[in-house]
Amino acid sequence: MRQFFFYFKNGIFGENPILRLMIGLCSVLAVSVKGENCLAMGAGVIFVLVCSSLVISAIRHFVPSQVRIPIFIVIISTFTTIVDLVMKAYLPALSRAMGIFIPLIVVNCIIMGRAEAFASRKPIVLALADALGMGVGYTLVITAIGVVRELFGYGSLFSRQVLPPTYQGMMFMILPPGAFLLIGIYIAMLNYFGRRREK
Amino acid sequence: MNGELVMLLKIFLSAAFVDNIILARYIGLCPYIGMSSNVANSIGMGMAVTFVMVLASCVTWALWKFVFLPLHLEYFRIMVFILVIAVLVQLVEIVLKKNMPNLYRAMGIYLPLITTNCAILAVAFLGVDYGYTLLQVVVYSISVALGFTVALVLLAGIRERLRFARLSPFYQGYPIVFIATCLLAIAFLGFKGLVR
Repeated sequence: MRQFFFYFKNGIFGENPILRLMIGLCSVLAVSVKGENCLAMGAGVIFVLVCSSLVISAIRHFVPSQVRIPIFIVIISTFTTIVDLVMKAYLPALSRAMGIFIPLIVVNCIIMGRAEAFASRKPIVLALADALGMGVGYTLVITAIGVVRELFGYGSLFSRQVLPPTYQGMMFMILPPGAFLLIGIYIAMLNYFGRRREK
Repeated sequence: MNGELVMLLKIFLSAAFVDNIILARYIGLCPYIGMSSNVANSIGMGMAVTFVMVLASCVTWALWKFVFLPLHLEYFRIMVFILVIAVLVQLVEIVLKKNMPNLYRAMGIYLPLITTNCAILAVAFLGVDYGYTLLQVVVYSISVALGFTVALVLLAGIRERLRFARLSPFYQGYPIVFIATCLLAIAFLGFKGLVR
């Protein structure tokens, strides 16, 4: 149980996939224009990550190491297809807003990286902890970026207007440069607080 | 004929500059951040990506046109496309190793990295989604790869200079790379409105 929480926390803070490991960046920057898109993307990634980690961990003793990558890819793409089709059917507007980035979950380096580095070596329970931690860490960061971009870009939070209607949207934040700037500042902040804690 | 040429030119300009795959669409960021520490490596990576991207999007285009559409297997494409690309990369690696050892030495180490490069898969999907013809797909994938290479080499050049810059310690490493990318992206915004 202790180990479970250790790996869960590790995914959120110690080895946060985005701010620490620098993987899975594409979808983070592309989707984080609006709060609810971020949550939906986070949910999709958590689902694929947890399911594929569980399956990969469960079959880890039967998979010959030479062909493990194609097998992982098949498993991951199965779950990605499920997410893609479910979103298309039940949340068509959201699915259209995210466009190509739902199918691209399949090549999201977080999922492949965790499958290779963690799930294929550890028992199921720990793989679950790691997948949940990584997924939640991903969702937290993407939402943190999305909320700031939405606030400055549209003057709203999760599609609810919070700034006075006279607020002129800051285009810079919605366009690509804003996303790059924000993630750079976040990593620098993490470095700053990390170093202060060490002292 | 003339209209076709104009169309190709439009595809080229929009894919390479206006909709630059990294700076405007944020696809393929992992190799962009990972492989841009020096100019020589970034050129090798760009070459390898160009090669695989053109090959992969042609193969997936043909599969889509002649297998998926007639059989109504559209929902299956995520799985098949990624597998096709993975197999293709392996194949290219084997063929290069055997027949062109020089080229293999130049870009061999980048090939395994490319399998899970989202840019390749994204171009395969987008080429199909836009309903391009084969010639247009070839032009499109070459231009996207060119845009990728340009962005990669530009950033590598900046990073080589940044090594000697005096920075706050918190900004050293990745943060400043992202902020440099931000400035590059602002520069590329200048291409907006070039194609209409």
